[in-house]
This record gives sequence, C-alpha cells and structure tokens, in this order.
Amino acid sequence: MTELLFNIDDLPVPFKPGQTILEAAKAAGVFVPHLCHHPRLKPHGGCKLCTVVVNGRTQSACTYKVAAGQEVDIDTPELNAMRRSLVQLLFIEGNHFCPTCEKTGACELQALGYEYEMLSPHFAEFYPADREVDASHPDVLIDRNRCIMCERCVRASRDIDGKNVFGIAGRGGKATLAINSPTGKLADSDFAVTDSAAHICPVGAILVKRNGFATPIGERAYDAHPISDSVNVCEIAEEAK
Amino acid sequence: MNANPNGKPPLKVRLATTSLAGCFGCHMSLLDIDERLFELAGLAEFDRSPFTDIKQCGPCDIALIEGGVCNSENVHVLRELRANAKILVAVGACAINGGVPALRNRLKIGDILDKVYRDDSGEVHIPDDPELPASLDKIYPINEIVRIDYFLPGCPPSGDAIWKYLTDLILGRVPRLDHQLLHYD
Amino acid sequence: MASLESALIPILAKYRGDPTALLQILREAQEALDWISPETEILVASALQIPLTQVKSVTQFYAHLYDHNRGKYRILFSDNITDRMAGSVALFERMQAHFGVEPGQTSADGLVSIDLTPCTGLCDHGAAMLVNSIAIGRLDAERIDEIAALVKARKPLAKWPAELFAIDDNIHREVTLTGIPYVPGSGLDAAIRLGRAGMFDEIKRAALRGRGGAGFPTATKIEGARNAPGVQKYIVCNADEGEPGTFKDRVLLTSFSTRVLEGMAIAAYAAGAAKGFIYLRSEYQYLRAKLQREIEEMRASGRLGVSIRGAPGFDFDVEIHMGAGAYICGEGTAQIESLEGKPGRPRVKPPSMVIRGYKGMPTIVDNVETLAHLTEIALEGGASFARRGTRASTGTKLLSVSGDCERPGVYEYEFGVTIGRVLHDCGAVAPIAVQVGGASGVLITPDEFSRKIAFEDVSTAGAFMIFGPDRDIFEVARNFAHFFAHESCGFCTPCRVGTTVQKNLMDKIAEGRGSRYEVNDLMRLTDFMRRTSHCGLGESAGNAVRDTWLKFRPAFERRLVPHDFAPQVDLDAALEPTRLATHRDDAAAHIPAEG
Repeated sequence: MTELLFNIDDLPVPFKPGQTILEAAKAAGVFVPHLCHHPRLKPHGGCKLCTVVVNGRTQSACTYKVAAGQEVDIDTPELNAMRRSLVQLLFIEGNHFCPTCEKTGACELQALGYEYEMLSPHFAEFYPADREVDASHPDVLIDRNRCIMCERCVRASRDIDGKNVFGIAGRGGKATLAINSPTGKLADSDFAVTDSAAHICPVGAILVKRNGFATPIGERAYDAHPISDSVNVCEIAEEAK
Repeated sequence: MNANPNGKPPLKVRLATTSLAGCFGCHMSLLDIDERLFELAGLAEFDRSPFTDIKQCGPCDIALIEGGVCNSENVHVLRELRANAKILVAVGACAINGGVPALRNRLKIGDILDKVYRDDSGEVHIPDDPELPASLDKIYPINEIVRIDYFLPGCPPSGDAIWKYLTDLILGRVPRLDHQLLHYD
Repeated sequence: MASLESALIPILAKYRGDPTALLQILREAQEALDWISPETEILVASALQIPLTQVKSVTQFYAHLYDHNRGKYRILFSDNITDRMAGSVALFERMQAHFGVEPGQTSADGLVSIDLTPCTGLCDHGAAMLVNSIAIGRLDAERIDEIAALVKARKPLAKWPAELFAIDDNIHREVTLTGIPYVPGSGLDAAIRLGRAGMFDEIKRAALRGRGGAGFPTATKIEGARNAPGVQKYIVCNADEGEPGTFKDRVLLTSFSTRVLEGMAIAAYAAGAAKGFIYLRSEYQYLRAKLQREIEEMRASGRLGVSIRGAPGFDFDVEIHMGAGAYICGEGTAQIESLEGKPGRPRVKPPSMVIRGYKGMPTIVDNVETLAHLTEIALEGGASFARRGTRASTGTKLLSVSGDCERPGVYEYEFGVTIGRVLHDCGAVAPIAVQVGGASGVLITPDEFSRKIAFEDVSTAGAFMIFGPDRDIFEVARNFAHFFAHESCGFCTPCRVGTTVQKNLMDKIAEGRGSRYEVNDLMRLTDFMRRTSHCGLGESAGNAVRDTWLKFRPAFERRLVPHDFAPQVDLDAALEPTRLATHRDDAAAHIPAEG
C-alpha cells in the first residue's frame, strides 16, 4: 500500500486515515501550538491556538481531519501573529501576574508568549475583580484569576477520573469554572490530589499545594528550551512536576 | 562604537530612567550589567534618573520606565518623560501589566484606604495632605496612560536582557530578545 | 409561593426525570418559583442524577434564567437599536424611577427587577419589553405608568388588560406564502400523492434554499439525513429568531403556523423522520399555548401522529421546546445542544447535523420560513415554485422592515427585489443606510440601494433596519458591539475575549477618548475574529463595526481625538474614589487632560 501524504508548509508529511492535523503533525515531529488540547483527552477546539490554514481556509488542527493531498500552513508569519494575538487576549482576560504565580517557568500560556515573542499584552487589561480563589481543599488550590477556559480539568475529571468535579458555568466573558459540590467549594467535592485533573492545567489555575517554586530557575520546563522544541508539550510540563 | 572621523568625542545618546509604582528592582538589574556600565557610559549620558538625581527631565533620546501607574504623581512623571523622550521603553512586569501592585485592582481604593488607616478604636484617619500623591482607582500599565514605543518584559529583566535591548536601541537595531533573555518573571 | 418540593415534583414527574429536559425543567421551575435557588438546583440535580455543575451550567448560560431572586415581576426592556430609536432609553429610566431600582437589581421588597435584553422581535411595534417572558409592545410614557401601577398593585399577569399584550402581524405586502390562503391538510395530501421520493424530487426541483440566512440547499440536507444511518431521525423548526431586527417568523408562527407545522411534516416525510421539535425563542413564549393547541388539533384530525392522512408509515409528531434567552441557540448545532438540555455551545463540525445531530441521530434544522415554503412546493410542484425569484434564489422571501419608515412590518417579495424598491414600498424618507441581515449582516448605503435581496447578492434572514438622515450610524455599530459581547457563548478565545475588547474600544471612542490607533486596533480585531472564531457568531461579530468605519467614516472620525493617543480611562475620574475617601479637592488631587 502506498503511503498517504499531505503537505505541511509545502513539505510532504505521511498520515494515517482518521488522524487530525495536529496528530499527524506531531507524529511527523512538527510543532503545532495548543492549550486546550491534551493527548489524553478528546479534542476540544476552543483555544484556537492550533489554528492552521487548510487549502486556504482557517481550521483548528486539533479537530480537523487530514486528507490526502491537503495543503496545510502551520508556521507562517501571519498565523504566528494571530497566535500572538490569541495569547495576548488570554493574558488581558484574566489576572496573569507571572512573577507571583507558582506555575511560572512551566506555564504553557507563558511559554507560548515566549514562542511568539509577546513583549506586552497590547490590549487594555480587563483586571477582573470577581474571580474566586478556592483554597478550601487540603491539597489543591484553585485560582480562577488564571483560568483560561480550556476545560482540560473538566474533561479530565469526567473522562479520565470518572468524577465530574468541574464544569463551566456562565456565558461568554462571564463563564467561570464551577465545582460540583453543594457549597461550590473544592473541599466539599470528591476531588483528590491523585486525580489526573489535579495535574492537567496548562496554567496556574489548579495548583498542588506545598509544591511552590520547587524547581530552581534555569531548570524549569521551558527555561532551557522553547516550547516548540518538543512536540510533546503537555507531557513535558507534567514530567516537570 | 566607531571613532568619530572628525576626532571629536562620539555623540552620546541621552538616557532618562524612572521608577513609578515599582520596586526599583529593574534599576538594580540595570546595575547588574556590571563592567558594561563603563561601556554604557561611553554610549550614553543620563538625564533624569535616580542615578543622577536630576529632578526635571530635559530633551532626551530614550527613557526607561519601571513600574505601573498608581497615582497622580506617576501620571505627571510619565507625561513629563513622554513629552521629552524620543523613545519610551516600558521596562519590567509592572510597567507592562501592572505587576504585583496591580494585585490591589480587585479591591476598591476607598475600601483599602479605610482599612489601612483605621486604628484599633475603629477611627479612620486617611491622610489628606495635598503634598501626598492621590491614588488612582486602579494600577494601570503605562501603555494605557501614554504612548509607549517598546516593551522589555521581566521581573526584573536580567542585566543581560537590558544590555541587549538597550544596545540594540542605541545602535539602531530592532531590539529583540532570544529565548534565554525573554521572561515574564 | 409554593414550597420547593411541591412545586418541583410535578415538573420532574412530567419530564420523567429525563436529563435532556433540564432546560425545560428549569424554565418551568422558574415559572413556579420566580427564580432558581441553590436549593432548587440541588434538588433538580439529584432528581435527574446529574452533577450539580451541569445544572449550574444551564442556569447561568441562559439570560432568562435567574440564579438570584429577580422579583415577582421581571421586566426586560428590548434594547435593539430600533427600540432606542423609538425612545426606549427614556422609557427604561422612567420605569426605574417608578421603583427606584438600578438596572439588574431587585427592589428591596422583592417585587420587581428592571433590566435590558437584546431584540425581542417587536421592531415593528415601537419600543418593547418582556414581563416574565411575555411580550408587550408600543411602549410610551403612559404605558410605562400603567404597567408600573399594575406591578405595584401586585396584579397577576394573567389579569392585566389584554390590549397590553396585543401584537399585530403588520403584513404590508403579500405574494404567495402570505397571500394564498392555505387549506389545512392540503400540503400533506399533495405530498402523500407524490410519495416520499417524489416529494424529495420536487424540493430539489424547487431549488429551495434555507431562509435562515446561509442559504444552504434544503434538498441536500434532507437527502443527507435520509441517507444517514440512524434508528430515529429528527426535524427541528428553528424558531429561535434572535437576529436583531427580524420578526417575520413571529408572524409566520402567529398566522401561518399551519403551513409551518405541515411543512415540518412534509420535510419529515421526505427525510424519513418521525419526530420534530419547534425550538421557540423565549421571547415568543406568548405564542406557545396557541401553537400547542394547534399541534393537539392536528393530532386529533390526523395531520400529526401515526399514519398521517391515512398514509401507512407516515408517522410524525411535534414537541415544542422553549429557549431561554441565548442568541447563539439560533446556530444549528448550538440549538441541538440546547434541545438536549445543555448550554447552547456550537459543536465541532464535521460531523454535520444531518449525520449526527440530536442525540447523535440524523437531524435537519430548518428555519421557520423554509419549512413553510414546503407546503407551497408540495401543492404547486418544484418547477412552478422555482419560477419565482432568481435562478440562484428561488421563491419568495419575507422581510422584517423596521426603523425609519412609515409602514414597518412584514413584506413578502420574490427574491431579486432591489433594496430601493423595498425602501419605496415601506415609505422610507431619505434613508442614509439600511442594515440588512441584522447585527451580523451588512450595512447598505444609498449608492448600493440598487443591489438585490438574493443569496447571490445581499443575503439575509430577513432583517431590514432603516436609518433616516438624523441617525448616528456609529451608535448603531456600538449597539451591535454590545450585543455580541453579551451573546458570545464563551467557547472559543477570539470571540469570548474579542467581542468584549471590541465593545470596550467602541465605548472608548464613544467617550471621546479614541484615536486612529483604536480604530486600527478594531480593524485588526474584526478581521482576526472573522478568521479564527469557532462559529458564525464570532465570524460576523465585527461586521457592523467594520462596515461603519468603511462606509460611514465621518461618524467615527468626529469622535476621534486629533492626536494619536488617548489614555485608556478618564484619569481625573479615576481619582474620584480617593478624593471622596480623603475629602481632598486640591489641585494635586486632580489630573488635567493633556491637550
């Protein structure tokens, strides 16, 4: 059987039927940025960092299936500028103060900011004042100021842990991370630090307690190498924990 | 730097620096360029800056601004530098997105003053001296108050990052930071 | 107020504990209890055996569901630009003054709350409002005072004077759909005579295209669903007419509902579907009882149910499903999510709905008007239908005409009618612009009035808002920018954050602190949202702002500061809380504007 091929940035790349663009690119060692996607979870398509151009139209690489002969643009100045704008929008939407965040150095949002040479968030800050911090749980802290609505924790708790601890409540800019307990507090849910949902947050919104700033500067996940140096982005950050 | 063909001393750029709602950490980091300070002295001379104690900024080429904008005085200083400098650079996390001081933005300034200046008996004595700068309702990144030309992130940016960025600017290159130098923390 | 359990048990029993009925259960719980308390949420979650977060996600997604007590009377003023042109802002303030409450707050006695809501589909009735989801149009100062008195007297809504709730059709031009009387059952009989395949062929021959705006060929949808595997197939009548400025579906559902319902049955017949839903927007709650009665009559007379009109195997029934205040639910896949009792967030496509739709089964979602046209095609045949309109846009189209004209209302035209002709017919005097297609549509200027209403030229679901010589088009665009920020579902980054950034930039310019820099940012942002958003909402959310800049530049420019930068906020105003706290008013406690 002849090998199935499609093109990424004008170079032929093999793929298997049923693969998404992101999966096929990853298998071929090509970096596709993403935040809401995680290899252990079903594709989501919300963050739009993985936006690529397929035969002239923008698509999400994490949900769009490859077809033979497809022309896919991934690493172009125009797309990278769009990705920088997306990172900027995520920064101004929440309260992202890297110096005070325990996730700094291993944060995927921050690393993508570096990747696309974001020097400032550009847009006017929202400075939301109503994002709740939940420190009720003995082992895990939730800081909604840093939540980027990727829903990794929602999906991990539901699909991997079989627990449904998290949900998204509210619409549009008012959407927040909701917790499945009568009080809305994490301590009153059946959440445990051993849940995969405790370790899957790409930013510093879900943090394991008593673990802060444990890794010296210079040795953190994205200190030595840019996020694009590895296609296994999520795994790197998790190993670093 | 190239010798001046006419034998005159090389034309130096004029540099101003200030710290608004910041911790002076970015200024400390500037001093961390160590022996390159001598090289910098050959390239630039300082106008208004904590290093010179000049109080009023005159016409200058580049102004480095540390810190966000938290009160009326910060606004005046920032406007003075904008009015005098050809190039304004936001240096550090606070200038760029408010940084640590902006953690107060989720509280109301009236409530903060009330809490801070309430004594044990419950009486409130908020200082009202006109000499004191009046606090803004929030901390603002400096680019929300005046036009900013360049951004140099970091908390603080390392001495190496400041050196690279500043020499790029002085020598007329597009300032860029590679992965090792670009940090938000 | 009834006790919690006694109010909820019959509702839960009615829906047999079906989690996909969650939205309907919460709506009815709110009708009984005024709001959805945490206790209600907990009880519903445990009765349906679903996570509490799932209940909260629905309560908080839909604007007409309240997780705070918003009073016995929940008043929402329609806030479309046409309402504003009819003086709604002053009327809103007048109503607030009656009760001394801030927007969105509940009065201290728990009686009333007053807030704004997007277009309620009464643009031909002047300023409008909803009271507990029931529509009232033609608001003026007198009506406001009358309503306030009724609320103060705590008179039950059912006992308010009927004329308050009078809504007219206002049809000013008829062709076939509204012009030819329809004999109930005639379309069904004609379809049965043609047979399933024959009926499908006629739809194909008619080249009928979806009237929701996108113009997708109806036959392709039917064929897709017919050929897709699935034990059950569904027809959904999309009556979530949420696009600001459109109301023709309201009229179809009021006076032409027989055509709509039988059209659904015809689509079901051609596609092999046995079950249908009408997804009725919350704002049209007042139409629900009438539609329900008609469905029951149709069942009684053999026009719905098993073996319709005696045709063996032609089984089809319809259920009404209420929305709860979410524009995004007009998008097909979001509507299916909502039908399944979830927040209306658009699904990832592919797969398309005709392959995997409601409960994973093949589903056809069609606009009200599209379905109504099927009765015409059954009766006269596709070839005859296709003779009306243009080659690419066959048949007639209903337009919802509103704004600055003498005769706002519904106008039926053959496709291909020019915009100028419509303006002439409705009595528009010296219009400077028409917004065709609603907030997500296109702004048409006088030099384009010769353009045609057709899928190949100006495509629209029917909204046609006219702006006279005194109107400020910048404010039109700003109203739409607020609308999209309110309606973004929040699923994808560019729309969730971008619509709010767009709104903030428009507000900054409106406050006189915008420069060309903000305009350039807006243009980049609108292009960016169009290219990266997950669905049509985000893709079109910048259209009005962009069109206004391109076509009504002076409306923007006269607000811009002459220099290239203005601060994000009014700096002197930002010192006000400190001045209050310190009792200072000295010069140093002020910041003069730079000039």
